[in-house]
Amino acid sequence: MNTQHSVEEPILKYAADIGSLGPVTIVGSRTQWDVGGLPSPGSREIRAPAGVWSHQPEEMTVRCGAGTSIRELNEECSRFGQMVPFDLNPEATVGGALAVGRSGFRRLRYGHIRDLVLQIRHVDHSGLLVTSGGPTVKNVSGYDLCRLLVGSLGKLGCIAEVTLRCLPIPETTLWLTGTGDPFEIYNELYRPPSILWDGDQVWVGLEGVKSDVESQAALLKLDQTDSPPPFPEGGRRSLEPKALRGLVERSEGWLAEIGVGVVHYTTPQVPEPLSDPNKRLMSELECRLDPRGRLNPGRQLVAT
Amino acid sequence: MVPVSPDKPLLDELRSIIGDRARAGDFELGLYGKDGSVLEGRPSIVCLPVSTEEVQQIVGACRRHERPFIARGSGTGLAGGAVPVGDPVVIATAKMNKIIEVDLDNRVAWVEPGVLNLDLTTQLKPLGFHFAPDPSSQQVCSIGGNVATNSGGPHCLAYGVTSSHVAAIEVVLPDGTVTLLGDLTPEPAGYDLRGLFIGSEGTMGIATKIAVRLTQNPPEVRTLLLDFSDVRDGAAAVSAIIAEGLIPAALEMMDHRAIEVVEAFVNAGYPTEADAVLLVELDGLAGGVASGVEIVRRVADAHRVGNVRVAADDAERALLWKGRKNAFGAVARIKPDYYLHDTVVPRGKLVEVLEKVYRIADEYDLIAINVFHAGDGNLHPILAYDAREPGVLERVHAAGKAIITASIEAGGVLSGEHGIGLEKRDYMGMLFSEHDMTTQDLVREAFDPDGFANPLKVLPSGSRCSDSFGQHVPEGAWV
Repeated sequence: MNTQHSVEEPILKYAADIGSLGPVTIVGSRTQWDVGGLPSPGSREIRAPAGVWSHQPEEMTVRCGAGTSIRELNEECSRFGQMVPFDLNPEATVGGALAVGRSGFRRLRYGHIRDLVLQIRHVDHSGLLVTSGGPTVKNVSGYDLCRLLVGSLGKLGCIAEVTLRCLPIPETTLWLTGTGDPFEIYNELYRPPSILWDGDQVWVGLEGVKSDVESQAALLKLDQTDSPPPFPEGGRRSLEPKALRGLVERSEGWLAEIGVGVVHYTTPQVPEPLSDPNKRLMSELECRLDPRGRLNPGRQLVAT
Repeated sequence: MVPVSPDKPLLDELRSIIGDRARAGDFELGLYGKDGSVLEGRPSIVCLPVSTEEVQQIVGACRRHERPFIARGSGTGLAGGAVPVGDPVVIATAKMNKIIEVDLDNRVAWVEPGVLNLDLTTQLKPLGFHFAPDPSSQQVCSIGGNVATNSGGPHCLAYGVTSSHVAAIEVVLPDGTVTLLGDLTPEPAGYDLRGLFIGSEGTMGIATKIAVRLTQNPPEVRTLLLDFSDVRDGAAAVSAIIAEGLIPAALEMMDHRAIEVVEAFVNAGYPTEADAVLLVELDGLAGGVASGVEIVRRVADAHRVGNVRVAADDAERALLWKGRKNAFGAVARIKPDYYLHDTVVPRGKLVEVLEKVYRIADEYDLIAINVFHAGDGNLHPILAYDAREPGVLERVHAAGKAIITASIEAGGVLSGEHGIGLEKRDYMGMLFSEHDMTTQDLVREAFDPDGFANPLKVLPSGSRCSDSFGQHVPEGAWV
């Protein structure tokens, strides 16, 4: 056994539940349940353990079970003026959010959620625990399996426990809305957290100390509003940021994250195809890390 | 009779691809046998390709001759990742040094792997952007090398390491296939092969083009130099600043010996009587910077700071940073050689581990100098020595191992930004279980089942695929 922190009892039980036989499906809060296809019928449903196991405010790190809800995680962090900017349905689980790997609406400022992950413990196809990454805020020890597991839909391993980086909650948050060229607004501002556009109306989220938020807001001819608009939940596309200029109004509704490239649609969207060499590499990873295809069968990243 | 080198058929084939940019002279083989570490190996042939196609053809030739290969950037790595072992062909990217495109609409730049880190930032700066990772070697290190080791630097405290700043990588895979890992979209389909490749130290293929993300230049920057008469107060101030919810752009610490050697070298006005200094940089919009300066002053006061010097202009700011970034070279004033370490500990354990570092150095009769990224707990103890002293290298290695052990016992990790390479390969078991490492090896095998790409690195020997070239470890290589 390595010298890192000891393994919590519920993690051992989770590993035993997954075991080494039969298909298993890991269940979170089902908030993004249909991403990558529904699980195959007949697989055992298992939940990851929940609970914030340690929060070290002076290190700005938090360690929790994968089944912990984002609400519970951020309630703990906020006691010390900190947050983990997932920006998803607060009932979603941390493990589910990471397994799906879709970032929230403040990505423009805070980056992809995989950049918040410091360490992951997962249960592999044989029911054994694997630790990757490290508990400190900076680490390049060994291969970066953490980034690989984020967005893997549980096909390469079942996330059991994660250590995440926390950030300070900004002093002031302000949302603005109105009409304007979202691309000009993007060029006007310094590292804004969020610019959203539906082809007509634009929403801008600003954060920071009060005087900065006010000075940035003064650059824009927009009105205050309470919050960002609701996000269409029918489908999602991932485009180059500059391709958003080419979005035109259509019968279906959409909301684009300017500078990021994520577009939320009211209707389902077709995922982008993989190149042949990447498809082969991904299949090789699946063959090696889950040779019997027992982890979350039915979910699909690599189309056959 | 002139003996025929066993490398001749391969050399001939490589010369048919890249002409006299395939070299096997003693000078080149010696030069490319080393990197920035104290380790040394010897390549069989050195290749200097200028294009993806040439890299692909070189890899193809290596595979036909069953010869491993190793990619090399500027050779500034400190963990022996670019030291050739297993008799490989070195594929140096120095001549692939073009900035291909600066795409401001997507806020990325496409570069070849041999572009130097600082050259890119120098080109971007007038456009209002920069490349955020800024290792101390940024004047000479290559972006391909940054990708291989997932480089950091002082400013990654606030901005994150290389992985957060690379959108896509064109890679020649170990079987010679060319592919693009990641792309310019925010959520590329499938598994994050890009994230896996970054930091894999050339064991999963060779990067031939890189799309790096551009970071906006901050409108305001303030750089402060704080001096403390007790290093413990300085270290406690580091934790206290972060606990206030302030993440400075950089938060660097230098101990007494470091201050002395740096000041003698660059005359930046560092207070040589201080036990430690903190170099703190705040950047962003004016209000946040001003409020940050206040927090730093208040916390520093509470920790018995001596003087607080705020750089008045860009010139003074550059001077303060010059001291920090040249600290390693300045060590030559004490001893001709040094061994630079890289571990990370929880910020709260900085004092405890620093004290252990001094004790360890005393025990092995070496001089320890500490210049490091305090904000993220990333220690860089320098062990200064004179290689002409008999037996000194053994003491340096033993002290290094003791420092790594102390860091891991304090809840830290093996490396913050230099990587594992050869240097720490056999220490991986201090951090990871056998099963953890077997799993990592399975992941590597998905890219390189036969172990042709930079063999014998990252994972301890005994791993299945790295064994195939083990018999070629040269005599005298410290592995």
